[in-house]
Amino acid sequence: MIYRDSGHMVTSYRADQQIFPVLQDRWAVLGLIGFAIAGVPLLADEYVLRAVLIPFLILSLAAVGVNILVGYCGQISLGSGAFMAVGAYAAYNLFVRVPGMPLVVALLAGGLVSTLVGVFFGIPSLRVRGLYLAVATLAAQFFCDWAFLRIKWLTNNSISGSVTVSNLEVAGWHLNSAADNYLFCLAVVLVLCLGAKNLVRGAVGREWMAIRDMDVAASVIGIQPTSVKLSAFAVSSFLIGVAGGLWAFVHLGSWEPSAFSIDRSLQLLFMVIIGGLGSIMGSFFGAAFIVLLPLLLSRTLPAASGLFGFELSTAANSHAESMIFGALIVWFLIVEPHGLARLWSLGKRRLMLWPFAH
Amino acid sequence: MKHVHSFFASILAFAIASPALGQSQEQFIPSLVYRTGPYAPNGVPLANGFADYIKLVNAKGGVNGVKLSFEECETGYATDRGVECYERLKGARGGATVFHPMATGITFALTEKAPGDKIPLITSGLGRSESADGGVFKWNFPLLGTYWVAADILIQHIGKKEGGLDKLKGKKIAFIYHDSPFGKEPIPLLEERAKMLGFQLTLLPVAHPGVEQKSTWLQIRQLRPDYVLNWGWGVMNSTALKEAQATGYPRERMYGVWWAGAEPDTKEVGEGAKGYNALALQHGAEPQAQVVKDILKLVHDQGQGTGPREEVGQVLYVRGVTAAMLSVEAVRTAQERFGKGKRVTGDQMRWALENLNLPQPRLDALGFKGVMRPVSTSCFDHMGASWARIHTWDGSKWVFSSDWYQADDQIIKPMVKAAADRYAAEKKLVRRSSQDCQS
Repeated sequence: MIYRDSGHMVTSYRADQQIFPVLQDRWAVLGLIGFAIAGVPLLADEYVLRAVLIPFLILSLAAVGVNILVGYCGQISLGSGAFMAVGAYAAYNLFVRVPGMPLVVALLAGGLVSTLVGVFFGIPSLRVRGLYLAVATLAAQFFCDWAFLRIKWLTNNSISGSVTVSNLEVAGWHLNSAADNYLFCLAVVLVLCLGAKNLVRGAVGREWMAIRDMDVAASVIGIQPTSVKLSAFAVSSFLIGVAGGLWAFVHLGSWEPSAFSIDRSLQLLFMVIIGGLGSIMGSFFGAAFIVLLPLLLSRTLPAASGLFGFELSTAANSHAESMIFGALIVWFLIVEPHGLARLWSLGKRRLMLWPFAH
Repeated sequence: MKHVHSFFASILAFAIASPALGQSQEQFIPSLVYRTGPYAPNGVPLANGFADYIKLVNAKGGVNGVKLSFEECETGYATDRGVECYERLKGARGGATVFHPMATGITFALTEKAPGDKIPLITSGLGRSESADGGVFKWNFPLLGTYWVAADILIQHIGKKEGGLDKLKGKKIAFIYHDSPFGKEPIPLLEERAKMLGFQLTLLPVAHPGVEQKSTWLQIRQLRPDYVLNWGWGVMNSTALKEAQATGYPRERMYGVWWAGAEPDTKEVGEGAKGYNALALQHGAEPQAQVVKDILKLVHDQGQGTGPREEVGQVLYVRGVTAAMLSVEAVRTAQERFGKGKRVTGDQMRWALENLNLPQPRLDALGFKGVMRPVSTSCFDHMGASWARIHTWDGSKWVFSSDWYQADDQIIKPMVKAAADRYAAEKKLVRRSSQDCQS
C-alpha cells in the first residue's frame, strides 16, 4: 500500500534504467544521504563521529571492494588487509615524499598502486579456484605484512616502523574536527560506491556474475575469464586501497603494519558474508553489524550485567563480546545464509504486498 | 509586584549558583588495559596495580578531598581499539585528566590526538624516546625512562661485567625484539653504541605475538653471541626463555628490558629461567614496600582488591602502582598551584607534569622508600629521571643484582634532540620557547 512500484510512469529509457526504480526507494535513499550530509554532523557528538561513523564508512567502502571480488565475481580473497595496507602506505609515501601533494590525489594514487598489486596477486585466480585461491591470496597478506615491516623505504625509513600523517586538507578545507573528517569520508564513499553500483549493474558486472555462476559456460559464450577475473581484482583492490588510505590517514592518523593484519582481512570477509554476498547494500549492512555490534556490546553489557546483579570485569566483558558476536554470526548464517541484504529485500517485497498476504 | 521581583531574583541567583554546585568534584583517571589477548598475562598485573593504588588514594581521602574516579577500557594491545577507548573516555565524567596508553603503538596514535584535545599522556618507561624532549613534545611524558635509557644502561652493565666498556670491542651481542614500534625503538641507540664501542650487533626480529622463535634461536645457536638482549612483551618472553633452555643458551647472559623481566615471564619456566636478568625500572618486586603493605591493609583487607592477593608486590603490579602514583602526585602538584580541593583540567595537569618534583623524603612518605629515586621534570625534560637497576630471577623470585645505573646523557641527549627536531620539521611544529613554559 505505501511501498509499491505501480502508479509512477517513466517516459524515457534513461529513467527506466535508474538505480532505484521504485519512487519510495529513491526518496528514502536520497533522504538518508541528505540526513547523513546535513543532519548527522549537527546531531552526533565527537565520539559517535570519530569512533563509530568514520570507521563504519571506511570499512563499508572496503567491504564493497571485497564484495565485488568475492560476491560478484566469486573469487575468494583473504588478502584484503594487504591491499588496504598497500593503499595506505602508497598514499603515505606520495604524501610525504612529494611536496605539495594534494590529499585526494594521494589517496587515489594509493588506490591505483593497490590495483597493480591486486592484479598481480590475482594472477593465480586464472589457474586455481575456491580454497586454493584463498591460500594464494593469503600469501599476498603475509607478503605485505613482511614487506612493510622489513623494507625500510616503504615506511620512510622510520626507526620504529610507525608512520604518521597530519594536517590534512582538501583544497583549502582543513580536516580538523570530527565533522570535517566524517564529511570527507562520506563524500569519498558516496562517489566510489555510486561508481561501484553502476559497474555491477552494467556489462562488466554481468560478466563478473557470469564467471561466478558458471565460469566454463561463460567462457563458452565468449566472456574472457582472464580479463574479467583480473578486472574484478583491479576494481576491488582499487576500492580497498582507497579505503586503506582513508583508514590510515583519517581514522588512525598514526599506524604500524599490524593495523592491516590477517585479522583485518578476515573481518572484511565476515562483513560481506554476513551482509550478503553480491550486494552493494549488503556491504553496508555487514560493516554496520561488525563495527557497531562490539561497541554496542561493550557499552550495554556492563549495564545489563549490573541489572542482573553481578559485575563483569573488563576481561569478562571482552570475552563475552567475542562469544556473543560469534554466536550471532553462526545464528545468522543458519537463519539466512544469504545475509542481511536478503533479509532486507524479503522485507521490502513483503512491504510491497502489504496489507495483502500475497 | 514585589513578590514577583524577588521570586525572579531568587531564580536568577539559583541559576547562577547551580553550575558551581553541579560541578563534578571527582578527578577522572581512565585506564587503558589489556586483560585479553597475547599480552594479557603482563597487562593484568599492570592494570590491577594501577586500580589498587587509585583505590588506596580514595581510601585515604582522595587528593585534598577530591576523590578519583576511574574506568577501565579494554584495548587488547590493538591501536585502533586504543584509539576508540581514548575517544570514548576523553570527555567522560567531566573529562579525562591524563591517559596512560600502556602500549607503544597506541602511544604513537594518541601523540597525534592528545595535543588537540589538551590531555597529557604519561608513557612511563615506553613510547617514543624522543618524547623526553618537552620542547617539541608538549603533551608526552615518558617519566622515569625511555627505551634509549634502557638500552644504554644494559650496555653499561654488560661493559661493567666485562671489566670496562672498552672490553666490549669484538664481542657479539644479539638483540631479539618484538617486531613492532616497541621492539624497534632501542635500535638507534644500540647501533650508536656498537659504532662507538666496536661490538657486533645482530638484530633478530620476532613477529607478533612472539610464540614462533625456533628459527630465531637456531640462529642464535649458530651465532654464539656473548650476550642476548631481549625486548619482548607478553608471551614472547616466556617463549624466549623456553627456547633458550632448549638450545642450551646460558640464561645468565640474557638481559631483558624492564617489560621483559617480571613473574609472568619466568614463573612458568621456573628453574629453567634461573639466572635470567632484566632491567628494573627503578623498582623490582617489592613485597616489603610500605605502599604495598598499605594497599594490602586498606584495599585488599577491605575486600576491594582488584586482583588476587598473591599478585600484590610483584614487578608489574608495582609498575602499575608507580604509574598511578605519578599521576596522583601530578594532580596534587596541579592543585597546589591552581586551587586545592578543586578539579584539575588537562592543561593544568600538563603544567604539573612538567613541574613534577618528588624528592626522596616525599617518596618515602608515600611509601616508596627504597623503591624509587627522586623524580624531577622540567619544561624541556619530560623524563624526570633516568635511573635503573638489574634484577635477576633466582628460580622463584626476582632479586636485585646490581647497583643503580644512570643513562649516559652525553650520548642520549643529542640523539633525542635530533630525533625531536626531525619530528618537529615533519609536523611543521615550532620548538617551545621559555615563555610557553610559564603557563
